[in-house]
Amino acid sequence: MRIELIKRPQHSVLFSALSPFIALLLTLVAGAIIFTALGKPPLAALYTYFVEPLTEVWQLHELAIKAAPLIMIAVGLSVCYRSNNWNIGAEGQFIMGGIAGSLIPILLPGFQNFLTLPLMLLFGFAGGAAMGAVPAFLKTRFNTNEILTSLMLVYVAQLFLDWLARGVFRDPAGNNFPGSIRFPPAARLGEIAPSQGSAHYGIVFAVVAAVLVWLMMRYTIKGFEIRVLGESPRAGRFAGFSSRKMVYFAFLLSGGLAGLAGICEVSGAIGQLRETISPGYGFTAIIVAFLGRLNPLGAVAAGFVLALTYLGGEGAQMALGISDKVARVFQGLLLFFVLGCDTLIRYQVRVVWRGKVKA
Amino acid sequence: MEIAQNILLTIATAATPLLIAAMGELVVERSGVLNLGVEGMMVIGAVCGFAAAALTGSPWIGILAAIIAGALLSLLFAVLTLSLATNQVATGLSLTLLGIGLSGMIGEGFVGSPGVRLANIHIPGLADIPLVGRLLFGQDPIFYMSIALTAGVMWFLFRTRTGLTLRSVGDNHKSAHALGISVLGYRYAAVLFGGACAGLAGAHLSLVYTPQWVENMTAGRGWIALALVVFASWRPWRVLGGAYLFGAVTIGQLHAQALGFGIPSQLLSSLPYLATIVVLVIISGNRRLTVMNTPASLGQPFVPDR
Amino acid sequence: MTDAEATTAAPQTLLQVEGITKVFGTLKANDGVDFDIVPGEIHALLGENGAGKSTLVKMLFGSLQPDGGVIKWRGQPVAIVNPMQARALGIGMVFQHFSLFDSLTVAENIALSLDDDIPIRTIAAKAQALSYSYGLPLDPFSMVGDLSVGERQRIEIIRCLLQTPDLIILDEPTSVLTPQEADKLFETLERLRDEGKSILYISHRLEEVKRMCDRATVLRHGKVVAHCNPREETASSLASMMVGTEIHQVVREASQGGPGESLIEIRNLSRPAATPFAMPLRDISLTVRAGEVIGIAGVAGNGQGEFFEAVSGEVLQDAAGSVRLRGKDVGRMGISRRRLTGTAFVPEERLGHGAAPAMALSENLLLSRYRTDQSAFLGPLGTIRSGAVEAASKRVIEEMDVRKSAEDPEAASLSGGNLQKFIIGRELDRQPAIMVVNQPTWGVDAGAAARIRQALIELARSGSAVLVISQDLDELFEISDAIAVMHNGAMSKPVPIAEATYESIGLLMGGSEPGHVAHDEKEVV
Repeated sequence: MRIELIKRPQHSVLFSALSPFIALLLTLVAGAIIFTALGKPPLAALYTYFVEPLTEVWQLHELAIKAAPLIMIAVGLSVCYRSNNWNIGAEGQFIMGGIAGSLIPILLPGFQNFLTLPLMLLFGFAGGAAMGAVPAFLKTRFNTNEILTSLMLVYVAQLFLDWLARGVFRDPAGNNFPGSIRFPPAARLGEIAPSQGSAHYGIVFAVVAAVLVWLMMRYTIKGFEIRVLGESPRAGRFAGFSSRKMVYFAFLLSGGLAGLAGICEVSGAIGQLRETISPGYGFTAIIVAFLGRLNPLGAVAAGFVLALTYLGGEGAQMALGISDKVARVFQGLLLFFVLGCDTLIRYQVRVVWRGKVKA
Repeated sequence: MEIAQNILLTIATAATPLLIAAMGELVVERSGVLNLGVEGMMVIGAVCGFAAAALTGSPWIGILAAIIAGALLSLLFAVLTLSLATNQVATGLSLTLLGIGLSGMIGEGFVGSPGVRLANIHIPGLADIPLVGRLLFGQDPIFYMSIALTAGVMWFLFRTRTGLTLRSVGDNHKSAHALGISVLGYRYAAVLFGGACAGLAGAHLSLVYTPQWVENMTAGRGWIALALVVFASWRPWRVLGGAYLFGAVTIGQLHAQALGFGIPSQLLSSLPYLATIVVLVIISGNRRLTVMNTPASLGQPFVPDR
Repeated sequence: MTDAEATTAAPQTLLQVEGITKVFGTLKANDGVDFDIVPGEIHALLGENGAGKSTLVKMLFGSLQPDGGVIKWRGQPVAIVNPMQARALGIGMVFQHFSLFDSLTVAENIALSLDDDIPIRTIAAKAQALSYSYGLPLDPFSMVGDLSVGERQRIEIIRCLLQTPDLIILDEPTSVLTPQEADKLFETLERLRDEGKSILYISHRLEEVKRMCDRATVLRHGKVVAHCNPREETASSLASMMVGTEIHQVVREASQGGPGESLIEIRNLSRPAATPFAMPLRDISLTVRAGEVIGIAGVAGNGQGEFFEAVSGEVLQDAAGSVRLRGKDVGRMGISRRRLTGTAFVPEERLGHGAAPAMALSENLLLSRYRTDQSAFLGPLGTIRSGAVEAASKRVIEEMDVRKSAEDPEAASLSGGNLQKFIIGRELDRQPAIMVVNQPTWGVDAGAAARIRQALIELARSGSAVLVISQDLDELFEISDAIAVMHNGAMSKPVPIAEATYESIGLLMGGSEPGHVAHDEKEVV
């Protein structure tokens, strides 16, 4: 058996739209197979995973809490990947954003007014951007592979956070548990509708960021520059665009948005700086970006889908005793299927079961 | 002097999984494919090796299972990047994410359960030679495999016609195709070999290094292996040197942690990762070295005309 | 022996092709092609770009499979499933785009196409002996990446000969050679024919086909339109068979009036090699005046690409005065600011350099003009006025007669000729005072090529300065007022067209001008 690809003369508009849905469908089928293999009723499990979390308003709030960081990071990553810069260290930039934003309530606990929160958000963005600037600098200055450097910095950031939360930033009144002081109300990101659920304003920031970045990509010369340099660097240079500056732009934007997501998570969902602040959002957001076809608005939809796998995983563990690790498998499979289905946009795929040639 | 030998032994143990995984990836990259999924294949190898050994009681069955598991996962990568011509960077990332997820699921029941240790070889007499006896004749079998693998890859790439053909595919897949060389065939074989190596490297972690299963126990070693290939500028013997250098850094920081010195343990733990960055900067800054040695078609999908 | 006897004497035919058809999507690249080759002949396969010559020979060499028809080898029907089998039958191939490996040695390159496991050392010795016996000296242990284009072709030929083939296919072999190197090649081919080998010679250069080939098969739009004896034809009768219609002759009036103002002034331009395989530029000086076309000849890989990058500003110079455009020192300015002086650039590669392959034509128009036409194409906050861009794109498409399949198609979906017309038209639409073009008609069909050449001449006659870099000497003689030659990173003085001959330019291309350094002293910085 072999697979033959035949190039389409034009990108298929049909499959551009369909491919994420085909990938989702394939993931569901794969999920049913996994559940059956684990000895669980597949339909009930899928229901618990993908429908149940959507049935109550407070659960929708939980969904928004999970979706907010995913969307915010993925919007930045979609710009980054579009420009052919491979930032896979968003997890580290998320953490550094969380740390930088937390400096204000932890170091200046007395500074509590209407400026506290905006400053924290600004610090968060700056912290993430600064972290993103490191691989950008190394790439432009030393030609260093940004994939490896940005990833290595994730481990460094995690260890740095661990050190802070257990060491210098540990709450003296915290009975020796790791973690900073609990943030005062002025340093907490508010809830949108406290009577219905606990979703904070992070999701609003995420959607606004997505729309703004989408407008930039779709309608401005900057978006054009990003697409040209990503698709064809040499044509981009011929156009007079600087790929050096683009490396910085992509890493600062994606790092900054990841950092903003980090401080929103700390200040909104958690309320203090802990030794871990992310269940792998920075990595899952990579899947979100691709499922959204590297389109910022697509990332919004994809962010909710991936957030659902987190919630569904928790629900399925409680209701059916299915390990929440299965959620990670779903996420990985989904990305595989998305990438595979994207081939249909550029190629017709023909499966040849028996070689018609005899050698 | 006994201490020196002990330190060298632990360095060898820390270096072995890096060496094996990087050697596999070197062959993959020499064929023109960039598989960023080493971390995922390694962690799958670790969990499958541990599970199979724990269930059967035989570490050798564990090793076999790890190799097969790593190769199977790399087959998934090969089908996507080679037959479906997907982006190799993104597909490699997804392989890592999937591998970490799958390993968590498979390994859940094994967390905390007692492991099976792959016993060291002990050649009576020879292994008792002072200073070098245990270093040369008393280590675990996977260590010897890693050395044989290095020699084998060197011989294969630079002394055999098949190795030459593999390098030609990595240098210019269009030319190779025009000469009638099966570009995709060679790449499939290379990717599967790389997967098997990563699986074996994972088995070393869960059967020799720390015979137990801990989630994410590879802790970035797959990524360091990728960096080693760049550091070695695609030369097998430099991979060997690089792996032992990193083994030394790892062991050094562990000893420093044990001794205290008042340095935060987190800073010491981050040393291998920071060292990776430093090493990449030094090597990549030398453009002549990298441009000359990078396989020219690395990372580019190949779709033959029909 | 006459043609008729050759075709009917079945046992004598080496290769016979009957009704070969190959379809790509909706395009019939080959449509019922028939022809045959007898032992000891040089058989020409003629046709212009896109006529289906390459597709046909790929099927003969097993790289592609036909959708219909029969190939007979020594009278027996055969299915050639891959190049190994073609070689086993006795078919050898010298590719137009060399199938070589830069990071391997000459001997290793040759070993890769020999199927059995002969030690590299034996191969190296054999290759060296063979190369000297044909007067094509080669060092088997040098790295291919360091060799010139002519030397690379020698590897291809020696590699092919080492397989002792009965039929040798050469695809456009002279397009990368100097006239003198081409003569050397013809001698080799004639010697091979005298040794009883058959040669299938693919070309669109009519003079060399007339000179050397015994028979010719002419392809047009995938179909055989004629079998003929090229010695009995004239160049123009062959050309009209190839093209079908009369090609509009390019008209070049002598430039009027005295020399115009100097618009391009290049002064002592030097540049170190950027990569180990690149060519440094050595102290280049050149002036192009308003109203004239200056051609730059040279064998590929002698620094033309590096020169173009330095003039366009894709790579900056240290000295601002090394490049002056319309009186402005632009050496340290990027390409956008150089464009703002009224200069337009067209690079050699269409896809991936002059145009982004997966982007629409209108977006590709914006690519080189967003800065020069900022007020027309961009609105507040850097928004793109797509209406204006699309209108301009339509204008270019109409003006240059670009044929396309959709309203605003992706660049990659156009044929080479149509895309090149669009790219040239995109720049002409600005009415540039200076135009710098690298390989204006490479791989372009005859009709489009004539149109592009005419447009360049007219631009010059309207008062602009035009600099054309080309490997096609015929083209340069057709359009230039003077021709300079690049060799080994240095440039000769321009030779006025009235004084230039193929021979004198060819000698310069080979590096015969005194003062040039030998090729192998390439510096790497």
